[in-house]
Amino acid sequence: MNAPVAIEVMRERGQREVFCGLTGIIWLHRKIQDAFFLVVGSRTCAHLIQSAAGVMIFAEPRFATAIIDDRDLAGLADANEELDRVVDQLLARRPDIRLLFLVGSCPSEVIKLDLSRAAERLGARYLPQVRVLNYSGSGIETTFTQGEDACLASLVPQMAVVSGKPELLIVGSLADVVEDQLVGLLHEMGIDRVSCLPPRRAGELPAVGPDTRFLLAQPFLADTARALEARGARLLPAPFPLGIEGTRGWLEAAARAFGVPAERLDAVVEAPIARARAALARQRPLLEGKRIFFFPDSQLEIPLARFLARELGMQLVEVGTPYLHRAHLQQELEWLPPGVQIVEGQDVDLQLERCRAARPDMVVCGLGLANPLEAEGITTKWSIELVFTPIQGFEQAGDLAELFARPFVRRGLIAGATRQPVGEQAA
Amino acid sequence: MKLAVWTYEGPPHVGAMRIATAMKGVHYVLHAPQGDTYADLLFTMIERRSERPPVTYTTFQARDLGGDTAELFKNAARDAVNRFKPQALLVGASCTAELIQDDPGGLAEALDLPIPVVPLELPSYQKKENWGAAETFYQLVRQFARRDAAAAPADTSRSPTCNILGPTGLGFRHRDDLVEVRRLLAAMGVEVNVVAPWQATPADLARLPDAGFNVVLYPETAGAAATYLKRTLGQAHTRITPIGVKGTDAFVREVAELAGLDPEATLVRARAASNSRSGWYSASVDATYLTGKRVFIFGDASHAIAAARVAADELGFKVVGLGTYSREFARDVREAAALYGVEPLISDDYLEVEAAVAQAEPELVLGTQMERHIAKRLAIPCAVISAPVHVQDFPARYSPQMGYEGANVLFDTWVHPLMMGLEEHLLGMFRNDFEFHADAAASHLGATAPAAHRMQEAPAASVASVVAEQAAPAAAVSAATMPATSALAATALEAATPGAAAPVAVVWAPDAERELGKIPFFVRAKARRNTERFAAQQGIAVITQTTLYEAKAHYAR
Repeated sequence: MNAPVAIEVMRERGQREVFCGLTGIIWLHRKIQDAFFLVVGSRTCAHLIQSAAGVMIFAEPRFATAIIDDRDLAGLADANEELDRVVDQLLARRPDIRLLFLVGSCPSEVIKLDLSRAAERLGARYLPQVRVLNYSGSGIETTFTQGEDACLASLVPQMAVVSGKPELLIVGSLADVVEDQLVGLLHEMGIDRVSCLPPRRAGELPAVGPDTRFLLAQPFLADTARALEARGARLLPAPFPLGIEGTRGWLEAAARAFGVPAERLDAVVEAPIARARAALARQRPLLEGKRIFFFPDSQLEIPLARFLARELGMQLVEVGTPYLHRAHLQQELEWLPPGVQIVEGQDVDLQLERCRAARPDMVVCGLGLANPLEAEGITTKWSIELVFTPIQGFEQAGDLAELFARPFVRRGLIAGATRQPVGEQAA
Repeated sequence: MKLAVWTYEGPPHVGAMRIATAMKGVHYVLHAPQGDTYADLLFTMIERRSERPPVTYTTFQARDLGGDTAELFKNAARDAVNRFKPQALLVGASCTAELIQDDPGGLAEALDLPIPVVPLELPSYQKKENWGAAETFYQLVRQFARRDAAAAPADTSRSPTCNILGPTGLGFRHRDDLVEVRRLLAAMGVEVNVVAPWQATPADLARLPDAGFNVVLYPETAGAAATYLKRTLGQAHTRITPIGVKGTDAFVREVAELAGLDPEATLVRARAASNSRSGWYSASVDATYLTGKRVFIFGDASHAIAAARVAADELGFKVVGLGTYSREFARDVREAAALYGVEPLISDDYLEVEAAVAQAEPELVLGTQMERHIAKRLAIPCAVISAPVHVQDFPARYSPQMGYEGANVLFDTWVHPLMMGLEEHLLGMFRNDFEFHADAAASHLGATAPAAHRMQEAPAASVASVVAEQAAPAAAVSAATMPATSALAATALEAATPGAAAPVAVVWAPDAERELGKIPFFVRAKARRNTERFAAQQGIAVITQTTLYEAKAHYAR
């Protein structure tokens, strides 16, 4: 790879309008279908997951909160005994659970409740029926998607040792449909031994060893990558599989590592790339030349900005990201148009001032900011949708572009019918 | 430590946010870790507010804990005052900040800010959202309501005046209730001095003593403040919730008495100014089928109690369950439950509520969004009567719960789901006619819906599959706004099935089973239950067609 590029990054500290790592439970519990996520936290934690999930209750989900109360804090109850009791209660209700995550929160971190010891203790009691692990999704330690990083990192020590033929490991949760497509392409390229972290079921945890080569499917997995490297696995530097270029570059990294001839790679990607080109061509007229501003959210901002700028001709006004992992994003940063304003961290009030002054055509932001900006006449795209929707790979490139085009299309369709909100003026 | 799958209420600082967001000219500086800003989306997404809530979060992180989080708080408070220029500043801590004990009140005081500061002590590990709202509103009233004068003496030359207390941000139909109650008071000849917290400024709160009495719309949020105003200023307040025609009548009389007006003459005026239809609709022969409908009611205390009264006394339903998640008002709900001869359910455990609904086998559930989902799973019609709120609880149209128009709204909202049930029955009756194939679904369920009788028999499986079909991947997003996300479908699919009818030892003979199938589905469950109970009492092991009719005769009204 090339030497690291010199990219100007502005760092900001102030109020951060982002979710904490607990939010990752919403997609992780769907990905690992026999895992349960027990947050050890406060009523706020329970309310956050419930609100962010939008899953107003339909059934009994595979996540819950052990709510700490004043008896635990006052020492009237032994918090560890209480936790054991709650876990017993939970596992008695849900005999289908094979993997239990004890998820640390801000309150559990601050009162220094040792969840790793609790996981060991409970694991000893419930193995082999249920494996008990722990990680922290607390807001004081993790921002939004970093919760997935912490979760996956906690799985790494559990992976069996493997040696022998080189294997490829895809790291980061992807929608099943995307995962199947990418694995399919890798198989066509002649890479047969491919596995995924996280697995779909707890019992399918892949093995790892010095012959493991891994590709990151998501840009927010710093700790997981470090843990895998500590097990001897080697990271294949690559862009992220968003858009045609990103997906091709990602597959190419695998091809290089596994000795796949260039012609074979070209042959495999030719048809899907042609389909993706056609799909992008339909969206491009709606997006080309439009100015876009990213508030920090999922750490997907840099690859998304690269895709929108290079494949759809959008102009980047500001690209905010909660964290910038320069090593993992090296290729992405090189691909960004020169001179782009990158902001790491956040002071939401200052950023809103810059945003209003710049009057971008579109703002990518969290749900707390979207409607207020719309009410000011600024078109927005909810960033959280980009985390929940299948957007990676060739076949989804058109869908990804359409997510950005849709707000413009919608504005056009309902033009004339919209009014600025009346506010909640009563009588 | 308590295992919670879903919560009916948020933490108390969210209650404080509901007050701050409702008001004008206040700003709330909340000492809280990164992530607690999620609460903003409750207001911007669920209530579709066009402005961010007036809240600044310190959003401290682990690295700040070693340093000076107190300094972080002071900077945030100073910046917020400079930037937003509020008339008053609320300061407080969320659950995590409570543990690090930075004392936001003391820190703010030391800043010597140019505006009044109201410190909030909201114990996150003991209390919940509604308590937090009530406490915040009480602290604001205590600090700003003038105390130099007693309540304004009744001036007979002027119209009587009152304050309206209670409407907040994120309140269940507060927006429209307020409009309706203002209309009602105008028709009665009572002037409104201050509405609070809704769009009130701290300066407005100072004027509270200028009114003769207070109208309390929601005791959950305004009870503490109203009690304080009564104690310190001698301002009386209303105790009747104006929900339903009878509730509204009683409220009008109560207000008239507090205002020194003739209750009966005032009632005539108030009724004359309304378009009350629900009473006639309920009396019309078309509504006969509503008689004795079994209804299960759950919500915050004041809405649940009022709903039970309307259900029993205005629609002729039978209340088979009544409960609340508000422990603070448990006594009131217990008293109400005694009126209907049911066991009160005081619980904030969603799973316990679900089991109680399943056991009561109601024909209609009146509850919160939580119970709406329970009812959907059990294939029981449902209407929402109470917070916790959902985006659907902020309809574009005018849709109050209170006053005479509110009673009209209740009639429509509660009866329509039952009419849909009746439509299903008619369809079932005609299903052997040549126009209909045997599995035709009710039209409102759409072409793909499973036939009604099958839903009855296998609620969990069929409902889950319908939801799974509807949940397109792109719909997965929807933080807090849409119920039908694919996350939801996933949880629906994994649904364990507690509830449903308890297994029974008695056996049904084929002829009895066939006969039972001829009974309209909406009474079938009751017939099955009664027959099995009768068989158990009589020691009958196999239920035959004869047993079925003997049981019918036994339970005949």
